[in-house]
Amino acid sequence: MPAVQETIATVSAIDVDKYKYGFTTEIESERAPKGLDESTVRYISAKKGEPEWLLEWRLDAYRRWLTMTEPTWARVDYPQIDFQDLYYYSAPKKTAGPSSLDEVDPELLATYAKLGIPLREQEILAGVENGQRQVAVDAVFDSVSVVTTFRAELAKHGVIFCSFSEAVREYPELVKQYLGSVVPTSDNFYATLNSAVFSDGSFVYIPKGVRCPMELSTYFRINEKNTGQFERTLIIADEGSYVSYLEGCTAPTRDENQLHAAVVELVALKDAEIKYSTVQNWYPGDKNGKGGIYNFVTKRGDCRGDSAKISWTQVETGSAITWKYPSCILRGDNSVGEFYSIAISNGRQQVDSGTKMIHLGKNTRSRIISKGISAGHSNNTYRGLVSANRKATNARNFTQCDSLLIGENCGAHTVPYIESRNSSAVFEHEATTSKISDDQMFYCTSRGLSEEDAVALIVNGFVKDVLQHLPMEFMVETQKLIGISLEGSVG
Amino acid sequence: MLEIKNLHARIAEDGTEILNGIDLVVKPGEVHAIMGPNGSGKSTLSYVLSGKDDYEVTEGDILFNGESILELGPDERAAAGFFLAFQYPIEIPGVATMTFLKAAINAQRKARGESEITTPDFMRLVKETSAKLNISSDMLKRPLNVGFSGGEKKRNEIMQMALLQPKLCILDETDSGLDIDALKVVSEGVNALRSPDRAFIVITHYQRLLDHIVPDVVHVLSKGRIVKTGGPELALELEKNGYADFVDVAA
Repeated sequence: MPAVQETIATVSAIDVDKYKYGFTTEIESERAPKGLDESTVRYISAKKGEPEWLLEWRLDAYRRWLTMTEPTWARVDYPQIDFQDLYYYSAPKKTAGPSSLDEVDPELLATYAKLGIPLREQEILAGVENGQRQVAVDAVFDSVSVVTTFRAELAKHGVIFCSFSEAVREYPELVKQYLGSVVPTSDNFYATLNSAVFSDGSFVYIPKGVRCPMELSTYFRINEKNTGQFERTLIIADEGSYVSYLEGCTAPTRDENQLHAAVVELVALKDAEIKYSTVQNWYPGDKNGKGGIYNFVTKRGDCRGDSAKISWTQVETGSAITWKYPSCILRGDNSVGEFYSIAISNGRQQVDSGTKMIHLGKNTRSRIISKGISAGHSNNTYRGLVSANRKATNARNFTQCDSLLIGENCGAHTVPYIESRNSSAVFEHEATTSKISDDQMFYCTSRGLSEEDAVALIVNGFVKDVLQHLPMEFMVETQKLIGISLEGSVG
Repeated sequence: MLEIKNLHARIAEDGTEILNGIDLVVKPGEVHAIMGPNGSGKSTLSYVLSGKDDYEVTEGDILFNGESILELGPDERAAAGFFLAFQYPIEIPGVATMTFLKAAINAQRKARGESEITTPDFMRLVKETSAKLNISSDMLKRPLNVGFSGGEKKRNEIMQMALLQPKLCILDETDSGLDIDALKVVSEGVNALRSPDRAFIVITHYQRLLDHIVPDVVHVLSKGRIVKTGGPELALELEKNGYADFVDVAA
């Protein structure tokens, strides 16, 4: 059974009474006052009982952040964010949610139904508050014990997989050694903000020579969705190890946090391999572009040792604005970086996404396959940098950027930057832009497919090269997701 | 089965009139051939019957089993039993032929309120059908029509027809781009589907296809109207004398 289904099955099978470990006390906590100053940073750090060095690290980031200005180079357009008008620490709140599914937006329920999400989980996702929810939430909280069960298995192999806060408490040396070593506190406006106020996230350490026995998934941590505004993820693969990490729960959550500024750091030491897969389908806003998440994320991997490999696979269908460039620093000789991306925008969504492949070592190789699909009034930009350092002898890159347009009012843009300081480097870039033709639509519909099914089929064909790099359980859901995100894009 | 009454149609975009009052009755089990010179409206007729929205019906009606289908979209007509074998089958990159076949079969079953076909049933069906048309399993795995030869594309059209089991099959110049051997395979595929409850409209320029698929009725189309109707001998006559006589009649 694929890991996700297995987890769902396990979670639902667990008896509520078996629930032993609780975050309940933590969940009771209140939120920091609105706005951001040094006291907010101190508040967050104190709430999490952090050591002095981490507080100093945060404060240092905060002070830098004050000197920085918001980047404006991306092809996205949104009203000025008032950073003093946000809450920077907010544990799950006890606001009055809908009391039953009857009160939930039917459109949202229809989406859940199409994804095949069981009713009980629909209630959690929609934030329904009633007796049912207690059971369901407990079941989800029990995923903590599920994690514990898995953790026993992982511990046998010496794998550490826990929340970031826990890692700070239990493995301070590892955190101290690697935190900010890939994305430094001074990196960019949003990453610096994240460094100052990050709430929690995931921490993974795979010891030398260990092949992680299962795919690690943030699904386990669904209960922390409301604290995900400023997530921090740190994954370290020690020499010769392998890990596949799945981010994101593939149900569309309606999150009230408008701004998400996460940071993900990956460190792959000699001969290690990290495969990082994301399916992101946050609330994209309504048809007129009202609401929706601003997803300003900094993701970067460092192939720190020779022959290391980092592979990013992403499926982006949600968020009002996506600003995201999962990158690889190919520092070790013979190291390999890969980026496979599907970015779908519909309605008024704006996507500015791509990758950076920084070739520093000899014989480093990278591969970029990006598939952008724009529909409605959306704009979809691929922005990528491939660079070869003076010492990156025989660096190789292959880039393929394909854009597919649906309808007359959307835009696709490709902005590749190529910088080579080594004459032996070979960089290839291929780009295509196409439209779903009326003839293709007519051919499919004349065989009995509805217009929406026809679009989904054609788009799934278009993204096939990337789909096959996704772990199995993501692949099937992604195919469904593509159909859902493009609904209403024709006719 | 099919009744076309005084059908007028034009290109939606620029209003060019193409069909100028077509009358045609096709009964179950019959094979009608429609012949005519270039630009007479043969392909347009096939598109209008299938519901392509590049065309507007300005007058007249199309009845299928007594009911007008003008308001139905191409997918609804397909579910009702229409099938168009394309003159130029369209490429769908990245979608394996097999995947497409299954999606089409299930879409029609769904529209008729039936359950989805099981994978073993589907595999068996495709295997049987493809074998008759000399279609290799390799071809079934390739993206639909992408890089297919002319013959492969046409055989693939006939395979889809055989799998979908339509009531009314419209073949738009299925013989174009086929060599003699491929023509034979395709014709045999079509003939195997002939049955008392299924009808065919075969659009072609040339008589040679009608040697293999013998029609019951032959119509000559000129300037968007049927100007002559006869038996199979009419096709032979056309082959000998060309369209000149009939085109003049229409003018």
